[in-house]
Amino acid sequence: MKRGFWLWAAGLATYAFLYVPLAVVVLFSFNDSELNASWVGFTTRWYGKLLGDADLLQAAANSLLIAIVSSTIATVLGTMAGIALHRWRPPLLPFLVLTPVAMPEILLGVSLLLFFRQVLDLTLGLFSILAAHITFSLGFVAIIVRARLAGMDESIFEAARDLGATPWRTFTRVTFPLIVPGIVAGFLMSFTLSIDDFVITFFVAGVGVTTLPLQIYSLIKVAVTPEVNAISTLLMALTLTLIALALRFAPETLRKSA
Amino acid sequence: MALLEIRNITRRFGSLEAVKDVTLDIEAGEFFTLLGPSGCGKTTILRMIAGFDAPDAGELYLDGRPLAGMPPEKRPVHTVFQSYALFPHLTVAGNIAFPLEMAGRSRDEIRRRTTETLALVHLEDKGDAFPHELSGGQKQRVALARGLVNKPRLLLLDEPLGALDAKLRERMQGELIALQREVGVTFVFVTHAQQEALALSHRIAVMNEGRIEQLDVPEALYSTPKNRFVADFIGTINLIAAAVVEASRHGLRLAAPGLGEIAAPVHGAVAVGSNGALAIRPEHLRISGHADRAGLKNHFAGAVVEYLFLGDVTVYKVRLDNGLLLEALATNAGPGRARFHEIGDRVSVEWRHDAGVFLPD
Repeated sequence: MKRGFWLWAAGLATYAFLYVPLAVVVLFSFNDSELNASWVGFTTRWYGKLLGDADLLQAAANSLLIAIVSSTIATVLGTMAGIALHRWRPPLLPFLVLTPVAMPEILLGVSLLLFFRQVLDLTLGLFSILAAHITFSLGFVAIIVRARLAGMDESIFEAARDLGATPWRTFTRVTFPLIVPGIVAGFLMSFTLSIDDFVITFFVAGVGVTTLPLQIYSLIKVAVTPEVNAISTLLMALTLTLIALALRFAPETLRKSA
Repeated sequence: MALLEIRNITRRFGSLEAVKDVTLDIEAGEFFTLLGPSGCGKTTILRMIAGFDAPDAGELYLDGRPLAGMPPEKRPVHTVFQSYALFPHLTVAGNIAFPLEMAGRSRDEIRRRTTETLALVHLEDKGDAFPHELSGGQKQRVALARGLVNKPRLLLLDEPLGALDAKLRERMQGELIALQREVGVTFVFVTHAQQEALALSHRIAVMNEGRIEQLDVPEALYSTPKNRFVADFIGTINLIAAAVVEASRHGLRLAAPGLGEIAAPVHGAVAVGSNGALAIRPEHLRISGHADRAGLKNHFAGAVVEYLFLGDVTVYKVRLDNGLLLEALATNAGPGRARFHEIGDRVSVEWRHDAGVFLPD
């Protein structure tokens, strides 16, 4: 019994440590006071105020656009990489695909910035952000797709060929339907990573284009206002929903890749 | 012309020669078995027939046409995999319909043939089930149905009964024979289980280390093995070292060290003076309590060291006075009694002069 108690206590403490700060943000986003100090009363006016903030809306729109485009491209490329990793076990591809996953974000941010500016002489903006986001999401998709394939009986792909399917039809009729949950989970993961990425985006965004996390950061440089709480709450809700969806589509592959 | 002609095929994996210069013909309508221990090259041959692997040398012809360069999906050859390899995202009916869809059959035909084939393997009520909802035996039947539905020229079966328990395996053996007779498709079966091979096949090729040791009908493989490997691999056999003293067309006279003279039948030419062994099956040996009869032709004295009572038969292990250990099978057909000799009993081991086969070294 005693052991059970301490396990419970440790578990609760962990959850509290993780979620109480988040809960505070959510709570204060509904607080009818300019100051994040004490509870005054319930209001939704901060959410209303968000709708009037043109800069914030523009940043949110940018973030959505970048997330959709980058995760779509990352999903296509990552799926192909995952299949290739599984089927041919190429010696160099794992480094190319998986390094961005393991690399410290700050390093990736700095090196991408140098690459875009010094090597390609690119004007920073939407394109550089997209390229950066694709770079770091692709690996996650590849890992999830590969884990999905690794859990399957190899002979079913031979069976498809044996029973008259060309390599392409083997892909469309057997391989693809079986890895779809992995692909969807990979897409949702990339979307989540993209929409709340700060560090890498900070380096490659330049001056023209700003994303939601960058905009939030510039807001709190002044003060943590209730609007920041409100927009953070919305972002949190979106992220949690996507993660929950990803887990639902491919619980076993996410666990394996974790 | 044989349905499948295999001509001098060799397959190497690095320094290992998995298949060495194998030539064989498989006739239409046959139940043909490749039998051998694991690593003997039987599965490699199967994969070359299916098109998943290609020989380094030699040719395969199906209906007289060379198979070289033809991808698996173009070959009128289907495989039943050891793991069944059912598509987990398709229903039983979907799995069976798959080869028909790939062949571009009409919807009506697909529906009709799927239903027919489900009935053929007694799974009429399982069409909508998914593979994970089936038992091992049912998965096996779906795999068979899927392999047969588009009427391949050849159906390859890669140890398909390996994953089933003993009782079910016996039943599936019966069903396989009946199914093959009913559909008339040529079966090429791969197994390491010699009893399964004997029970199912019209002809068997016994393989060892990439070569065919003997190719024959089951009865001939069992009664007249050509060499020690085949004799040893198929069933149980006693080997009595001996040299040929006299050979005529009526029989052989052999001299066995420590035993004396043995009379044996002639199977093929053997030279006088050659060394070898008389291979004789346990059921051809008779044991009796008359140890004093030793000295008569093919009668030898010894003592029972062990017996195994198996119900219908009892297997006795007898050590002859020269130290040789023989295994003899006694059927328990007499009413009431099932045991005739105890451990330590002095007995005589006897066999007919036309039993066994002499295998020169």
